[in-house]
Parts: sequence; C-alpha cells; structure tokens
Amino acid sequence: MSAFLEVKDLHVSFPTGDGVVRAVDGLSFRVDKGRTLAIVGESGSGKSVTAQAVLGLLNRNFADITGQVWLDGQDLIAMSDDQVRELRGEAMAMIFQDPMSSLHPFYRIGDQLMEAVRTHHKVSKQEARERAIDALKQVGIPAPERRVDDYPHQLSGGMRQRVMIAMALINSPQLLVADEPTTALDVTVQAQITELMLKLQAETGTTLIIITHDLGVVADMADEVTVMYAGRAVEMGSTDDIYYRPEMPYTLGLLASVPRLDSDLNERLDPIPGNPPSLINLPPGCVFNPRCTFKDEVPGNRCTTERPELLASSAGHLVRCHLDAAQRVAAREAST
Amino acid sequence: MIEATDRVEVLRVEDLRVYFPVKSRGIFPRTVGQIKAVDGVSLSVGQGETLGLVGESGCGKSTTGRAILRLINPTGGHVVINGTEVAGMSRRQLRPVRKQAQMIFQDPYNALNPRHTVGSIIGAPYKIQQIDPPGGARTAVREIMERVGLNPEHVNRYPNEFSGGQRQRIGIARAIALRPKLIICDEPVSALDVSIQAQIINLLQDLQQDFNVSYLFIAHDLAVVRQIAHRVAVMYLGHIVETAPRSVLYSEPMHPYTNALLSAVPIPDPRKQSERERILLGGDLPSPINPPSGCVFHTRCFIAQDRCRTEVPQMRTMAPGHEVACHFPITEPLKGGVIHGPDPGLTAPVPGEPGYWSETVTDLGGVGTSRLDSANSTDEGV
Repeated sequence: MSAFLEVKDLHVSFPTGDGVVRAVDGLSFRVDKGRTLAIVGESGSGKSVTAQAVLGLLNRNFADITGQVWLDGQDLIAMSDDQVRELRGEAMAMIFQDPMSSLHPFYRIGDQLMEAVRTHHKVSKQEARERAIDALKQVGIPAPERRVDDYPHQLSGGMRQRVMIAMALINSPQLLVADEPTTALDVTVQAQITELMLKLQAETGTTLIIITHDLGVVADMADEVTVMYAGRAVEMGSTDDIYYRPEMPYTLGLLASVPRLDSDLNERLDPIPGNPPSLINLPPGCVFNPRCTFKDEVPGNRCTTERPELLASSAGHLVRCHLDAAQRVAAREAST
Repeated sequence: MIEATDRVEVLRVEDLRVYFPVKSRGIFPRTVGQIKAVDGVSLSVGQGETLGLVGESGCGKSTTGRAILRLINPTGGHVVINGTEVAGMSRRQLRPVRKQAQMIFQDPYNALNPRHTVGSIIGAPYKIQQIDPPGGARTAVREIMERVGLNPEHVNRYPNEFSGGQRQRIGIARAIALRPKLIICDEPVSALDVSIQAQIINLLQDLQQDFNVSYLFIAHDLAVVRQIAHRVAVMYLGHIVETAPRSVLYSEPMHPYTNALLSAVPIPDPRKQSERERILLGGDLPSPINPPSGCVFHTRCFIAQDRCRTEVPQMRTMAPGHEVACHFPITEPLKGGVIHGPDPGLTAPVPGEPGYWSETVTDLGGVGTSRLDSANSTDEGV
C-alpha cells in the first residue's frame, strides 16, 4: 500500500527577536490510507505546528518552512496558498482543540456549515442546508433540523465539538487532522467524541492524524504513533511497539509519568526530571540528554556531543537513541 | 455521618450551599432565578489526609473549594476549619483562620503577580499575617524554595522567567509558607504537561509527609486523584453523589455516575483499553438553573427508573466510609461490553424543553443572558 500522506524532512522555524525557534526540525512520517496516526508530545514538542504545516495554515511571512508534504501524489509545500485553499476543507480538513473559539459566534452553525459546502461545491442554498442538517445528524446532534439555526453559544462544549466534526467531515475529506480533539472536553463527553470519531472513520475510511498529549486517547484510537520531543520524532512505531516495546528513554519516561487507573495503588509516579529545552537554544547532542537518566551508559559522551539518528530497531519501529539494544531492554525493565 | 474515631478533623463542611442569582437585563435588574452551583455539600478532611473532590466542569467542585475559604460567600451551611466555624465571619475575623488554610490555584500563570519577585510572592503570607519566622523571612523563603525544588538563587526573579511547572512550585511554596493545616488544591496539575504533572504530584505527597498537612484536592482527572487521594468524593451538578476510601471507590464504585466516569477514562494500554467494559453516557450536564427533578443524574443514567424522576435520593452508608446517594446503587460488577446510556437524541434537551440552555433562561421571564452576581465573590488573597 502506498502512503496517502507522506511528510519528508519537514523543517518549520520562526525567526523571533530572541533567536530562531526551531519548532519542527527534520520530521518525516507517512500514513497509509484509512489508517490513524497519533502524534504525541508535550507542549512545545512541535506537534501542532506539524499539523498546521500539513494543512498550509502557517503564514509563510512568519514561518520558514522547508521539506515536502505529499498528499495523494501532490506536494503541498510547493503549492501556492490558493491551491492549498482549494484542497483544504475538501480533500483535507482539521478539527481544532477549542470548539468555542473555532466557531464564529455571530453566525448560526447552519450558515457556517453551509459556507463550508458552498465554498467547494456549486449547490443551492436549500441543498447546502440539507447537507448541513445531514452532517449534524451524522454526528449525533439531537433535533438537527432545529439545531441548525442555533448560534454557537446555545450549544454545550460537547455539542460544539460535534459541530466542528460535522464541519470538518461535510465535504468527505480523505485526510482529517484532529488537534487535541477531546482535550477541552469533560471525560464523559470525551468518551462520546472518541467513539463518534472511531465510528465515522470506520464508515468513511478517512485517514486520520490525531495530535495529542493524552496517551489514553492514543491507546483508544491510533494504529501508529509518532512521539515528538523538541521538534523531532524520537520514536515511531505501531501502537503496540510504543506501549509494549518502547525503547527511547523519553517514551519510557512519558509512560511512567502518567497516572493510570490500572496501576498499583501505592505506586509512586516516576517523573522525568527537569524541564523541556528551549527551542531557541537546543542542547548539543541528543536533545533529550539533559533529562535522560541513561546517558552515562553510553560510552564516549556521545549523548552530549552527537545527535542521534532516527534508526530502525525492528521493522517499522524507529528510535532516535544512542543506547544499544541490550541497554534499551535494560532501560525498559528499569522503568516499569 | 462520619464515625467518631480518633482522627482529627481539620475541615468539616455541612450542607454547604452556594447559589448565584440570575438577573434580568435592563437598568433595574431583578433576580429571576438561581444557579444552584453547590447544593447541600457535606464533607470532612482529617489531619494529614487528602480528600479528592472529582467531577466534570460545572459540577460545583471549584465553587465548593472557594466557598470553604470564603473567596465566595456561601449562601448557607457550615464550614469548620480546625475547630473554628468560619461561615459567618467578617474579613477581619477570617485573617487568623487563613494562617491555617491556604489555596493552590489551577493556572500558575494568572495566580502569581507578574510585578512581584518570587521572593516577595512567597514571603507575602508572613507580611500579611505579621509573622516573623525564625531566622527572618528572607531565610525562610529561601528554605521553602529549596524544599519545593526551586533554586534559592532565583529569589529575585519574576514569575515570567519560570516555566509552568516551576511557577506551580512557586504557588505551592506560597501555600506552605505558613505551615497551614489545610491546603485547598484547585486543579493544581491540570495545566501542566504529563512529565511535569508527575513531579508536582510527588512534591505534594512529600510535603504532606513532612508537614502533616491535609489537602482538599479538587480535580477532574480521576487518574490523578487516584494517585494522591486517600478518600474520594464524586460531585455531580452541585451534589456529592458518592464518597468512599480510594481503594473502594476505584474498585467497587456504586453510583452509576461514578461507574460511568471511571469507564470513560482511557487507560494508556491499547489491549486493556479494547477489552474494557464501557458506559457511554448520553447528552451533557443539564443546566444548573433548571436541574432535573428527583435524582439530578436521572436524565443521563443508564439504570434510572420512575422513582429516580420524582424522589431525591438521600446519602446512604453502604459500608464503613462508603456513602452513596442513589436509589439503586450498583453492587454487582457490571458485565463486559459497551453499555449505552440513554440515547443523547432522546435525553439531550431540545429547544422548547426544560434543560435547554438558552431556553431555560428565557423561561425565567424574558432574560437574555444569565449573569453571575460578581459582588458575590471577593477577590481577597488567601
């Protein structure tokens, strides 16, 4: 199967008064058609900027973007803004984290949904309205023929997120990018939205990229996972690789830091020490080395002097780390 | 309600109520309704104990915390902090109580004055309370900074020079400066990244060991609460629906809402996650202006019966320390598979029905928007 979306050596940097912020630094990944990729990382890891770069949402006047983003055989980075705009909302769409600030407060949700249809299709207002009602019904909004005339403030947070999903899916995009789609929602509503997205994906066969910090959501939804730290991918693999055979100390640390409902009741959390680095002034060597508890195991100070490459440890499982195979197994056993 | 044991109660709350008036628009606003944010909450926290207060947004958990410290004036009920009834106290009378009860806020960016140095922020409680700690305030501040994992050399820096996690450490340092008996932690880790969150949880646990301080730990994240709390109270729409020791609440939850909440929290383990039993609640939290009759949870409950629609369930003790407000508590473990709550299409309020957000407000006599009475909350520092 060929990749539906392929990102090659993506660099995004923002020049600022204090220096250049390297938000994404040489990221490559691919997603096959109909699959779900989760990009996991903490704030500042570059995961949202990656999503924005893929969808052409970054202003090129402020962001330096290099690399290639191949969507179904077309390079989005090489396209003009107008060409990307034609694809956005039609071939690819995005669900944002905050449903309140992503809907226009002055327009009825029906009008906003109809605009999404009529931007890309020559249909009558009446037909667009019918499609809007259908889309609302599809995402489980009760009484859609009445709700279509509501303003965003008349809806709860979960309902608004459903409207956002309806808007993203109204033109049946082949690629859907969801940036923290459930983070702003309560846990019971989060479960509803997760279930809805899984159901819709099964029905439409959309390729899905989920950007999130929540390892629980990833376990629920993803086929493949990319773990990002300080603008680069530090580990990539199938969901099973990442959860049951993690190798990069950052991934190990992340999994050990999460409080979970199935842990031993008296077990203390094992946090990653220190803070993430400044993206303006990255540490030499491995970007994770100041927080890594295993760096002394690598001879010759390689962790503090030499940037590790993202290399295959097994088929489809890529790791950016100087530790050798035996040391990685020992590290994994030490952290669980 | 709470058995007479030898445990020392640091906080006792009885029948706490906080109602916000809903005012009409116009030059002469009239009170046309009430939002019952907290409606008859009772709880207690023992010395050196952590009580987790969990619930979804809008359930009244933060309002409860603020009303206990009188950052919001309660409408009714009793709050006893370390033996002193604070409900009717004036500001002046409250000051000595605040030595014993402090607060840690959710947002470490807004909770610290950007124009004050870290030293003066952490030292402010000494100044306000006119306390001269042994060795002087400066030394005390440096000691606390070291204790919470901040570099004491940074005492003259400003909050903007610190990361989110470090700012939360500053907030914690300020809260423990006076060695209070009780700290109300309002979502102290929810704004932080996972790796930093774990650091702060461990720090709070260590401080509890060292100073024997009690926490009322308010959070929406059940996994975080499980990590830190000894007992847990679950809130829904202004009411506590279940209280139990941690080990019991997470293994044998009896209230259907607690069951639904727990099953909604994803476990970061794909295989376990795919095999779990799930309860999907339909709809959203109903409007607290016009709460459902009977049991407030019945509109979303998957085992609700006719009685639940009419009769308010009272808190019942099911086992020592385990109290549930439900007519039909779940005592058998639920079967595997997915249990769907009432279809959201059937339960979610639609225009013209009670519970529909915008409609409920108009029902109250031509009111366009609800407005919280800002005079009701005081922004006095803790």
